[in-house]
Amino acid sequence: MALTDSLRSTITALRDRYPQPRSAVIPALWAVQEAEGYISAERFADIADLLSITPSEVESVATFYSMFALKPRGRHFLLVCTNVSCALRGSDGVVERLESRIGPSGSTSADGTMTWEQTVECLGACGYGPAMQLDHHFVENLTAEEIDDLLEHTEKYLPSHGEAHHGAADAHEAHAHAEPTSENGESEPRKGRRRSAKR
Amino acid sequence: MAEHRLLTAHVGEDGLDTLKGYERTGGYQALRKTLGMTPDAIIEEVKASGLRGRGGAAFPTGTKWSFLPKDVFPRYLCCNADESEPGCFKDRYLIDTNPHQLIEGLLIAAYALQVHHAFIYIRGEYHDQRLTLERCVEEARAKGYVGSKIMGKDFDCEVIVHGGAGAYICGEETALLSSLEGYRGQPRLKPPFPAIKGLYGQPTVVNNVETLSTLPHIMERGGAWYKTIGCETSAGTRLFCCSGHINKPGVYEMAMGTTIRELLEEECQGMLEGSELKAFQPGGGSMQILLPEHLDLPLDFDAVAKAGSSLGAGAMVFMDQTTCLVNVSMRLVDFYHHESCGKCVPCREGTYFESKLMHRLEQGEATLEELATLEDICDNMNGKCFCPLGDTATWFVMSAYKAFREEFRSHCGAAACPVRHPVVMV
Repeated sequence: MALTDSLRSTITALRDRYPQPRSAVIPALWAVQEAEGYISAERFADIADLLSITPSEVESVATFYSMFALKPRGRHFLLVCTNVSCALRGSDGVVERLESRIGPSGSTSADGTMTWEQTVECLGACGYGPAMQLDHHFVENLTAEEIDDLLEHTEKYLPSHGEAHHGAADAHEAHAHAEPTSENGESEPRKGRRRSAKR
Repeated sequence: MAEHRLLTAHVGEDGLDTLKGYERTGGYQALRKTLGMTPDAIIEEVKASGLRGRGGAAFPTGTKWSFLPKDVFPRYLCCNADESEPGCFKDRYLIDTNPHQLIEGLLIAAYALQVHHAFIYIRGEYHDQRLTLERCVEEARAKGYVGSKIMGKDFDCEVIVHGGAGAYICGEETALLSSLEGYRGQPRLKPPFPAIKGLYGQPTVVNNVETLSTLPHIMERGGAWYKTIGCETSAGTRLFCCSGHINKPGVYEMAMGTTIRELLEEECQGMLEGSELKAFQPGGGSMQILLPEHLDLPLDFDAVAKAGSSLGAGAMVFMDQTTCLVNVSMRLVDFYHHESCGKCVPCREGTYFESKLMHRLEQGEATLEELATLEDICDNMNGKCFCPLGDTATWFVMSAYKAFREEFRSHCGAAACPVRHPVVMV
C-alpha cells in the first residue's frame, strides 16, 4: 500500500523542523504508527526515501525502541508497569488478572479489542501505582478487581474525547467539564491524566 | 522546616498550565529581565546560585555552561525530559502542573548560551505531556516568546519538542544526542564531552527539566538569594518523588538539608498502618539501599554520598517488612537487562547473567555456590562498562546483598519466599 499523501506531508513537515533531516526518524515512525496502528517494512522504505537515508537505517531505529509496534495490535493497547514502586502497590495482582482474562503478556483478546503487555520499564507513575497506560494515557491507582471494568468499559478510562489534543484556548475548559457520569447519573472519579496532578 | 515551595508554589491554581495562567503568577517576567542582561552575566548569576543539576549527577549548572568553547557556533541546548529512573516522576509532575515554567527556563538558558535551536527530548511514554509542551510552545510563539525577535529583542530561538520511543538509556546525555540525531540511542565515548562536541558535532548543553524550571526563580530573585535556601553543599529546593508503603505518596518540594525522616513522617505521613520501614532507596532504582538508621541523614548530595548511596534523580522508595529484597533486586536487574543498549559486552552479558541468576534465586532454584557468583558478575561490570547504566545495574543488588545477606542466602533451595512466607520454627 502506498504512503498516503497526508502521511507524506506530515513526515515532510517533521523533517523540516530539524537542522538535519535524519533527526525526524523517530517522529516519522510515530506518525506512521499513529495513523496505521503499526509500522510495516514498507514504511521503512517510505520514511528512508523522505529523509534521504536507507531503509535499513530506519529499521535499525525502529527495532531499538520498545514502543514501536512492528506488527498489528488490538484496537486498544494496555501497558502495565511492574517495576518496584508499582510492585509494592500490587501490580502482580493486575498482571494475574490480565493473564487470566486475555492470556500471557503480548496477547490480544479474542475479539481483537485489547492487546496487553507488561513492562519492567518504569512508566513514571510511582506515586500512583499500580499504574498502566491505555493507548499512551495514564490509568493509575488501579486494583486487580477494577481490571474487569477496564476491559468491559474501556472508553471510560480514556481521556474524554479530544481532551488529549485540546487547543490552547480551551485547555482549562476541558479540565473543568469532562467529568463522566455513570448510568444512574452519579459523577464518577475519572482515571487518566487528571490524576497526575495529584500530590 | 516543612515543604519549601518554589517550583511548585502555584500548583493547583486555575489555568497554571496555560500561558495566561502562568503569566498571572508573574511568569515570563524573569525572561524579560534576562534578555536585558549580557549572556555572561547570566552564567555568573547561575554560578553564584550554587545550582547543581537535578538529573542525577548533581554537576554545578553554571560550571557546565562555562565549558562551551568561545566563538564556536551554532550551539545547541537540549532539555532532558527522558525521565525513566525507577521511582522517579517529578519531571512529569512539573510538566503536568507548570509547563511554561520549563519553557521559560529553557529560553533563559538558550539566551545565556546563545543558542538558536533548543530541544526538549521527552520520553515516549509521556505522550500527553509531549502534547502539553507542544501546545505551550505554540502559545508562547503566538505571544512572541518563541521564534524570531523574542520579546522584541535581537534574539531568535526555535523550541522543538522531540518525543522518544521507549529507551531508558536515552536519559544518558550522549545517548540522548544520538537518539535526537536519528540513530539508535547508544552512548558515545567521552571525551569529547557534549559541551565540546554534542548534537551534530557542535557544542551542546543538556539540562534536566527541574534544573531548567529553577532558572526563572534564580533570575528573578538573584543567585545570592537562591543560595540562602538549602544547605552549604546543596543549594535550593528539590523535588522528591515518594512512593512505596507510605500513606501519602507523591511529589514534595523540600529545601535541601531537611532530613529524610521529616520527608517521610511529615510530608508522606509515615508508613502505612501495620508497616514498618525495612529499607529505602534514596535516589531511584540505580542507587544503593539505605536502612532505617539512615533516616536522619539530611537531603544533601554529599551527606547521602558519604552514607554510601546517592540522592540520584530524587526518588524515594520506602519498603516495609513484607518486602522481599530478592524480589525487588530481581525486578531492578530485569529492568537494566531490558534497557541495556547492547553496545558494550560487560553490560549486555552481565545484565543477562545477573537477571538469570536473580530469577533462579527468587524461585528458590539457585544454590549457595551460584549465589556466590553474583559478586563476581557484578565485579566484572561495575566500573568496566561503557556508560553508567552497566555500573548502576549492580549497585542496588550489591548493596541489598551486603545489608541483607541472610535473606538472599535463605532463598537458596527455598520452597517459597522466606520473607513473604516465613518458615515458623516449632
